[in-house]
Amino acid sequence: MFAIPLAWLQLKREKVRLLVALAGIGFAVILMFIQFGFQDALFDSAVSLHRNIEGDIFLISPQSTALIAMEQFPQRRLYQSLGVSGVESVSPLYLGFATWRNPTNRKTRQILVIGFEPDNPIFNQTIVSNLAPIRLPDTVLFDRASREEFGPIGELFDQQKVVTTELSGRRVTVGGLFKLGASFGADGNLITSDINFLRLFGQRKIGQLDVGVIRLQPGADREQVLKRLEATLQESTKDVRVLSKEGFVEFERSYWASSTAIGFIFTLGAAIGFVVGTVIVYQILYTDVSDHLAEYATLKAMGYRNLYLLSVVFQEAFILAIMGYIPGLLFSTGLYNLTRNATSLPIYMTTQRSLMVFCLTVIMCMMSGAIAVRRVQDADPADIF
Amino acid sequence: MSQEPVIAIDRVNHYFGSGRLRKQILFDITAEIQPGEIVIMMGPSGSGKTTLLTLIGALRSTQEGSMRVLGQELNHADHGLLVPLRRNIGYIFQAHNLLNSLTARQNVQMSLELHSEVSEREARRLSEEMLEAVGLRDWAGYYPHELSGGQKQRVAIARALASHPKIVLADEPTAALDKQSGRDVVEIMQRLAKQRGSAILLVTHDNRILDVADRIIYMEDGRLSALETAPI
Ligand SMILES: Nc1ncnc2c1ncn2[C@@H]1O[C@H](COP(=O)(O)OP(=O)(O)O)[C@@H](O)[C@H]1O
Ligand SMILES: [Mg+2]
Repeated sequence: MFAIPLAWLQLKREKVRLLVALAGIGFAVILMFIQFGFQDALFDSAVSLHRNIEGDIFLISPQSTALIAMEQFPQRRLYQSLGVSGVESVSPLYLGFATWRNPTNRKTRQILVIGFEPDNPIFNQTIVSNLAPIRLPDTVLFDRASREEFGPIGELFDQQKVVTTELSGRRVTVGGLFKLGASFGADGNLITSDINFLRLFGQRKIGQLDVGVIRLQPGADREQVLKRLEATLQESTKDVRVLSKEGFVEFERSYWASSTAIGFIFTLGAAIGFVVGTVIVYQILYTDVSDHLAEYATLKAMGYRNLYLLSVVFQEAFILAIMGYIPGLLFSTGLYNLTRNATSLPIYMTTQRSLMVFCLTVIMCMMSGAIAVRRVQDADPADIF
Repeated sequence: MSQEPVIAIDRVNHYFGSGRLRKQILFDITAEIQPGEIVIMMGPSGSGKTTLLTLIGALRSTQEGSMRVLGQELNHADHGLLVPLRRNIGYIFQAHNLLNSLTARQNVQMSLELHSEVSEREARRLSEEMLEAVGLRDWAGYYPHELSGGQKQRVAIARALASHPKIVLADEPTAALDKQSGRDVVEIMQRLAKQRGSAILLVTHDNRILDVADRIIYMEDGRLSALETAPI
């Protein structure tokens, strides 16, 4: 049946029409990649801090909605959890935004300050290897994956220069570097000790925490401990919320996905790409079928079944999908690289996303094909004599 | 096998439209065509010749009377049976109706692809042979828009006859051609049909080609009015 690839031969014959179709599909593919890519990058970057904290269970204030909008809760609750069986250790974590002055051009920008006890770190060695510097007063570690607007701190530090600047009106010294990455919420990160943190945020009430990090004894049943903590802390006091690690990640993700318009906007953008692509492919296929109506009627007269003609239209749709997708994929990969270099956002062409967009592209073309094939029914072999 | 007619039409009526607009186009048509016979149908425009051809070719359903084509009754026949029947009929239209995206050879091959017993290599070879038989051996790789009217019609003949149909239906195949190419086309058709034992039912206005017919029939106002033997 496919010895003569009619679908391809027909598409190939109308070069301009084919190019228009491919440009339209490519555009839709790129739009979908941009939207989904940025959305995933936003979510991934928003939760990278959460993922990197070494902890099994987290305490936050019930009023907290996201890292950029944290409320404090009494640190008493964190130490109470030590009394729950299965809990091995706890670390208090302080989070807050401070104003960083770029030491080279003197411009200021908000930066996320992460404070914890140097003896009781919340990150493992791969993220911060040396915490000794932050034991010194007014000394911070700088995230070298922060956006470049904060200044070339990494390079200066590598050249053994002493970097001092102003952080919310205090003079601070950069004592070392680490690597975490910017997010939509925070353009850059600093690490310092709890003592330095509280000095910086002097207006804070004593004995109040942003996040309580809890680590379990080896072999402890996480679900059980979670339940016990919920019972002893969350239920009775109502001034903390107990979350598993996934729950903590989800807490942040759902803020960006549902409490902001961001998730909606990205989905809408992708949907627009999909609709535009569908309309273009439909137009192209419909015109193509109309142009070949007499030929299709002839084929019917010769004894070809409707099914054969339907399959020709669907093959055309599928060929268009593949041929439009590939340049779209390549172009989008380039765009991701550009974006990653320009914004420090973790935006990568993942297999999962490229497969998803591929499937959407095929569905898009097939849907158009399904509407356009109705025209094939109009080919009446009795009309051609 | 002798003398079971390939087409047997018995008191066929046909109507177009419905309700008050219903209009009878064919009246009480009765005719037979024997295997290998070449029959020319003449008659004024609008008399119903094409309509009769579409009924015989299973392109339209027969409404009244009996229409037996290749032993198959078409009145009340299931659509699923009509499509395979079409594969045993060669059609030649006034317009060539070739597929513009395909070369001459591929156009001919399209009619062989319907016959699954023919392998692809075989289909290619047969198509080239057919084109040679219509004098277009060197044009096999050309597209319809690169061919003249007469050449296109010859490709259409090659396509119609490639699968050895028992019946060839041709509706004014020379109408769009000049005198000489019209004559060539009809002669090629006659020669090939004779070689293969195909019956031909040919509609034409062209008096100059009547000599190829074994028999001529006339259609007038929807009635097959006279049968007569062709002048030899
Ligand atoms: N699809 C149709 N619907 C309604 N009337 C038709 C249709 N096809 C043909 N007719 C009418 O039937 C008559 C016979 O047409 P046709 O068979 O094409 O004649 P011929 O081929 O002899 O010129 C004409 O009056 C024509 O107008
Ligand atoms: Mg006619």
